[in-house]
Amino acid sequence: MSCCGVRTEGEGAFTGSAALWAKQTDDGCFQLTLSVPGMHCAACITTLEKGLREISELKEARVNFTLRQVRVKWCDADFDPDEVVRKIADLGYEARPFDPEAAGFARDDAEARELLRALAVAGFAAGNIMMLSISVWAGAEGATRDFFHWISALIALPAVAYAGRPFFRSAWAALSQARMNMDVPISLAVLTAMFMSLYQTINSQQHAYFDAAVSLLFFLLIGRYLDHRMRARARSAVTQLMALSANGATVLGDDGEKRFLPIASLEPGMLVLVAPGERIPVDGLVEEGRSDVDTSLITGESNPERIARGDRVYAGATNLTGPLKVRLMSAGEDTFLAEMIRLMAAAEKNQSAYVRLADRLAGYYAPAVHVLAAITLGGWLYVTGFNWPVSLLHAVSVLIITCPCALGLAVPAVQVVAAGVLFRAGMMVKDGAALERLAEIDTVVFDKTGTLTLGQLQLIDTGPVSTESLAIAAGLAAGSSHPLSKALARAVKERGIAPAVVTHVEEHPGRGLSGLWRGRKARLGALAWCGADEAQLKAPDMPHLALAIEGRKPVLFAFRDTLRPGARETIERLKEAGLRIELLSGDREGPVRAVARELGIERWRAGWSPQEKLAYIEGMAKAGSKVLMVGDGINDAPALAAGHVSMAPSTASDIGRTAAHFVFLSESLHPVWFSHAVARRARRLMLQNFGLAIIYNVIAVPVAMLGYASPLFAAIAMSASSIVVVSNALRLSLAERQLKRGFSLREGAGQAEQHRQSRKAA
Amino acid sequence: MNVLTFLIPIALFLGGLGLAAFIWSLKSGQYDDLDGEALRILDDDDDRPLTD
Repeated sequence: MSCCGVRTEGEGAFTGSAALWAKQTDDGCFQLTLSVPGMHCAACITTLEKGLREISELKEARVNFTLRQVRVKWCDADFDPDEVVRKIADLGYEARPFDPEAAGFARDDAEARELLRALAVAGFAAGNIMMLSISVWAGAEGATRDFFHWISALIALPAVAYAGRPFFRSAWAALSQARMNMDVPISLAVLTAMFMSLYQTINSQQHAYFDAAVSLLFFLLIGRYLDHRMRARARSAVTQLMALSANGATVLGDDGEKRFLPIASLEPGMLVLVAPGERIPVDGLVEEGRSDVDTSLITGESNPERIARGDRVYAGATNLTGPLKVRLMSAGEDTFLAEMIRLMAAAEKNQSAYVRLADRLAGYYAPAVHVLAAITLGGWLYVTGFNWPVSLLHAVSVLIITCPCALGLAVPAVQVVAAGVLFRAGMMVKDGAALERLAEIDTVVFDKTGTLTLGQLQLIDTGPVSTESLAIAAGLAAGSSHPLSKALARAVKERGIAPAVVTHVEEHPGRGLSGLWRGRKARLGALAWCGADEAQLKAPDMPHLALAIEGRKPVLFAFRDTLRPGARETIERLKEAGLRIELLSGDREGPVRAVARELGIERWRAGWSPQEKLAYIEGMAKAGSKVLMVGDGINDAPALAAGHVSMAPSTASDIGRTAAHFVFLSESLHPVWFSHAVARRARRLMLQNFGLAIIYNVIAVPVAMLGYASPLFAAIAMSASSIVVVSNALRLSLAERQLKRGFSLREGAGQAEQHRQSRKAA
Repeated sequence: MNVLTFLIPIALFLGGLGLAAFIWSLKSGQYDDLDGEALRILDDDDDRPLTD
């Protein structure tokens, strides 16, 4: 287990051909982007760049530390980019080539640049216009004032046309679908302010709102850029995880030649080699070989399954003990993965469209503002005897002053702060609306294997066992990559017992290990193979190993899955928050019952198929429950898609991570309750902010309706209200400290110690 | 008033210069790796990475 909780174990070194990911550039050279997740220190940058410079063919080698990527460029068509991968491996880092465009980096990047450019233009315009406006407010009159207004107009018109595009586009998209969002009142306020100011300037009058319009855009763009950056960072962390695991497969050609192909170019009928420790890339039938596979991502089953020739294996399973040759099945409809994707798509379609809080509020707010402006227009027309210019001026000043600024910041400001708080806690928010949904949940449904547990086995105490047996078992298990052997070796080491010397160790895939200890035959493995009696098991549902030494009674070892650190407290905290907790697992009853009892979960179900899980979640949604689904496996993906909101650990299957709204990077389960607490606070702050914006309007709107609004009044009122709203949003960071302090106190020394040890063992 | 006809264009020109410089820096990728630049400055070596 690496430091970041990413399951690197078994994913091994990159074995393919990097040339497949290289892109030809316009000048006839080649470019390749590699993900290097192990880069953590300042020295890494220099080490990597200097090391790569030793390869003379490379024209360019640049480390991007923020994204943990290395980009290399070369112009010699004969150069084999695998050399770069090898070189980086020599330097001590694992590198995997990937396609930045496919991972969506290019699009995020272009969007960020557009926002930043718009922000720069709006900032420039706002600064200069404000300078001129201040002299007007200070008393510039007559020709000087007109001159200043004209210059302001000259700056403001192109600036608004350029910097306002993100808002106009979004407002237009909403209107053309007959919906309402916050960008509609914002765009309307900016545009009417511009037209009215222009009219006033042409007629050399004094009510020019250029400064208000441009600084409104400037403030809003800051919010929007921060929001975008936060989300892009979370997304890139998630896509990078996928780039790391979605690689390819070693295909054995008819001529016996081995080639490495990306998943997309695999075809049915191909023969694929799967080495021990590798993930099985696609569904298929075992043609040759015998092994154990870990199917926990597919079925939730915590015990490895024995397979041999003729058995069916599924994509996503990890091959554990022996090499396998797998014949791919038709890639079409009947693979397990395709079935899950179909269920997922159907579940997503059934999801009712969620209207975001800001847009829901805009649905009430915008019409109210527009009606007030219309009343103002009508009222003034009546009072002044159809003096159109004056009446329009007052109506437009109502639109400007109703402060779409505070309103436009009320929700995004909170979201940016919340996403930042969650990012620091190791929780990636893939989707802004998910945070709002999370605040609404009333039930949490957990998966077991890989979600509440680590999918890492632990030896349990089932009675006295001699130190000697433990030492011999550890000696046998030392060289094996089977999870039970590893768990046994680790447990023995933790107890401070040195493994006995066992010679002639042989691994028999699907059965166990054999060897010689002091000239006596010893076996460690499946019960039947070691001559142990199944009837004497104390915990029949748990995974077991037996140790048989010639001339002695077999000794049994039982294992259970390790709980994720923080699992107990997470459940407790969620219960305290008034949520119903349930556990749905595809695993057998024994392990599920044990975990449920240990965590105090009363409602649990074992042995459920993905279809049953999905139907259950959909049934709950129909009954009006809002469910948070937390799961990791391929079998959980449809349920994740059906949940009101969903979370997956970073160790989850690709499809699980794709389906989930949140992905957490830490090994511990704390981010789950922490996110829920933050989401609830965020929702409260959003509503408070909205309340503040309304209080502001209750004061400002009558002033504007009565015709007392001036450009100076607008400038002060709008900035003041924006500052209030943003400061209120920042209070969420204070809450972060409060919540964190809460759990460090309660977590207790015991759990911290356990966590440290599990890390040390890894 | 006369002095304004000089000063305002000068002020705008200088402001525009700043804007142009920012957009250039954005385009040349100086904001692509903010965490990395913060660390690169700690490296005393003079030799530069291979870049475009």
